[in-house]
Amino acid sequence: MSLLEVDDLAVHFGGVKAVDGVSFAVDEGEVFAIIGPNGAGKSTIFNLISRIYEPTRGTIHFEGEDIVGLKAHDIARLGIARTFQNIELFDHSTVLANLLMGRHTHRATNFISDLLFLPKVRREERAHRKRVEEVIEFLELEAYRNKMIAGLPYGVRKVVEIGRALAIGPRLILLDEPASGLSVEESQDVAFWIEDLRRDMGITVLMVEHDMSLVTQVSDRVLAVANGRPLAMGTPHEVQKHPDVQAAYLGTATGDDAA
Amino acid sequence: MQLVIGGLANGCIYGLVALGFVLIYKASEGVNFAQGDMMMLGAFVALGLGNSDQLGLPFGLAVLIAVFLMFGVGWGVERVVVRRIFGQPQFALVILTIALGFSFRFVAGSVWGYTPLVLETPFAGTNLSAGGVVISLADLVTIGVTVALTAALWAFFAFTRIGLAAQAASQNQMAAYIVGVPVMRINALIWGVSGAVATVAGVLFATRGAIDPNIGLLGIKAFAAAVIGGLGSLPGALLGGLIIGIVEPIAGRYAPGELAIMSPYIIMLLVLVTRPGGLFSQVQAKKV
Amino acid sequence: MRVVFKKSYDRDIDLHEHWQSRGKMAVLAIIMIALPFLVGNYYLAEAANTLIWALAGMGLMIAVGHTGQVSLGHAAFLAIGAYTDAALMNLGLPFLIAFPVAGLFAGLFGAIIAVPAVRMSGIYLAIATLAVFVIVEELVILLDPITGGVGGIMAPSISIFGISFDRYASLSNFYWLVLAVVILVTWAYANLLRSPTGRSFLAVRDSEVSARALGINVTRTRALAFGLSSGVTGLAGALMGHYIGFFNYELFSIFISINLLLVVTIGGLGFIQGAFLGALLITGLPQLIAILRDGLNANFGIDLGAVPGLDTMLFSVLLILFIIFEPTGLYGRWLKIRTWFEIFPLARRDMFRRQKSYLKTERMK
Repeated sequence: MSLLEVDDLAVHFGGVKAVDGVSFAVDEGEVFAIIGPNGAGKSTIFNLISRIYEPTRGTIHFEGEDIVGLKAHDIARLGIARTFQNIELFDHSTVLANLLMGRHTHRATNFISDLLFLPKVRREERAHRKRVEEVIEFLELEAYRNKMIAGLPYGVRKVVEIGRALAIGPRLILLDEPASGLSVEESQDVAFWIEDLRRDMGITVLMVEHDMSLVTQVSDRVLAVANGRPLAMGTPHEVQKHPDVQAAYLGTATGDDAA
Repeated sequence: MQLVIGGLANGCIYGLVALGFVLIYKASEGVNFAQGDMMMLGAFVALGLGNSDQLGLPFGLAVLIAVFLMFGVGWGVERVVVRRIFGQPQFALVILTIALGFSFRFVAGSVWGYTPLVLETPFAGTNLSAGGVVISLADLVTIGVTVALTAALWAFFAFTRIGLAAQAASQNQMAAYIVGVPVMRINALIWGVSGAVATVAGVLFATRGAIDPNIGLLGIKAFAAAVIGGLGSLPGALLGGLIIGIVEPIAGRYAPGELAIMSPYIIMLLVLVTRPGGLFSQVQAKKV
Repeated sequence: MRVVFKKSYDRDIDLHEHWQSRGKMAVLAIIMIALPFLVGNYYLAEAANTLIWALAGMGLMIAVGHTGQVSLGHAAFLAIGAYTDAALMNLGLPFLIAFPVAGLFAGLFGAIIAVPAVRMSGIYLAIATLAVFVIVEELVILLDPITGGVGGIMAPSISIFGISFDRYASLSNFYWLVLAVVILVTWAYANLLRSPTGRSFLAVRDSEVSARALGINVTRTRALAFGLSSGVTGLAGALMGHYIGFFNYELFSIFISINLLLVVTIGGLGFIQGAFLGALLITGLPQLIAILRDGLNANFGIDLGAVPGLDTMLFSVLLILFIIFEPTGLYGRWLKIRTWFEIFPLARRDMFRRQKSYLKTERMK
């Protein structure tokens, strides 16, 4: 059984078939990438998995459980974390607070104990903080710990968003264009982190990415989509060489030019 | 039937003020809570120009000048105040315009006093009767002007370049800038137009009774009308106004007075709960 | 500039990260407790009034400042609190029961309203609260037997375990009672902000979609915040009723809602301190105007008393100026001044420059 199984997924907005019959399965411990030209429906697939959109048809199973019936806020509890294409951080809070918000699914206190700040709350806060410090250390965010998000450079914000997703303690992480807008050095860092995520933390990665060099470097398997329909699936190399992919995604150029 | 006609005319005034809300909402996605007070100010300016004990200009001329003056006020408010909070959260504008409304009320109260005054109009007291129903000329004029104005504004947004540009500006300011839409100038223009529309509403209101600086509170009711119709829709605003205008007197007849006062807001809550975007909803889910 | 060495996570978890700030709070508390011995009855009553406004302001701050829910109808919750408290006490229940019940009732009412209202965003919620306000106002008139209708109702004198806390007979006791409530609520509010609940409020305010992705139930969080907000405002309303003594529906007009918004905006959105600064301003300014007015009248023969509505006008102008020039409010301005001094002479003009954001809506047409 795969960790995440998507079967015949489709969503139509009015007459537009944003996603139309996409199926794939992500195995535990795998790095799986979805590529495709702009408007191919990549982010829409993410939004379907994180239950922001309602699918027109098809099923999504996580560890065998059908998650189509769940609400958006139930997804994190299962161990699915995500980042957003256009960075959705809490701008008026510090990096530390943002990461602590990622611990929400693990809270055991309610608002009454919070209001009174019972000793239990303090114990829990320490535990959350310890976990968050591990994430800070892993992503080397120490220098920014008490900085407001609003004043941070773009590259750092991208990393903080990955950090917030990690604070959930996920089994599957969805990265929506983790390297877009980053410098070559920064996207190299992202590549290393993805490797470490899989190797050291045992987290399965599903990502949408345009940067073919990153995709080739880190992913085990790639799914290419265009106009909401699947084109090809296989190793990065196979997919790049696939004639349909070259036609739709890379135009008439070869895969090397896109890298 | 009599109730319905009176309600219809009342509803037209709510609808006109609601149009002002919708105009500004369409152009800048903000809500101008001073709209009711702009209506009040417009009515008083017309009164100041037209009444025989004041400047004593002919009625038509007085209204025309008042409309132009209030266009200037609306335009000026945008230039001087609203533009400066560009980029702040929506509710900053809410609070700002509430404060502006208080200022307008103070100005009107200082100039014209707080005792109710009557605007002199050529069609005061004239009644027409058709099939046993008596319609006052003032009501008829109100209905006619409202329909014409709504149609004109709707056409403006649907067909003219500036109208389309205004819509583009509200949907994505940055993109509108980039493609060369003069966002700021259009905003100022829209504020001016809404000031002018408010004046027309104010004059029509004044043809039907005395006015004092507190009639601006009618804006809250008109606001309910705009919400019932959906804040982005001009015909919706008129419809919302009519619904409130008609329901109110009927509720007043068959239920305690307090219930009649509540009725517009109860309708509004019902609409908001069932269709959060209003009857002519245009809100879509945010894209991520 | 003070450098704080943090040796344990508790340093961040504690309310104050340094003993100096803790000391400042203690000094402030002592002065406030000793106030009845320092000032006369007139100013003591004003101080109590300011504290009540600060309490109401904290209530609204939870909604507006920390979850981004603008309410134009918070006077409704003041009214619910005041009427519930007075009605229960008129039935013979002691203050110690009536008061919390009043807060609870206002809170529950707020939470129930919030459940459908949270489906609406931004401006629509503000509108819905306005509608609720009008409805509550009319209900107060309709429910004549409980509320006294148009005529009004008397808030009975408070006595706890035989000690009188009457507003007039024993003003000092009443003041201490108000102070105790305010300190308790402030403490709980500060606790909220350093705990998961408070963080979920901020999350919902800043990005709904990512709050959901983190497992936060946005509807429930908003309803909880709105319920807490209206509950605290209800408590303030109950105290306000006792402070005024005899009141009818006109006490809780739409202008009170607006004044409350003024308190939180001018005070500083998103800061507890802001509620206090705002309350100080809104109760202090009319006093200042009155003093000025008398001075002008006596010295120059200018009678400002002849201009009605001058107070409201001044408030409005002040509000407009603050929104344009200092949207972070009095507290935000204070933080900037303090930082300027702390890092003198290193401050630069651009340090506090606001980021411009561009409007982009979800509307399709």
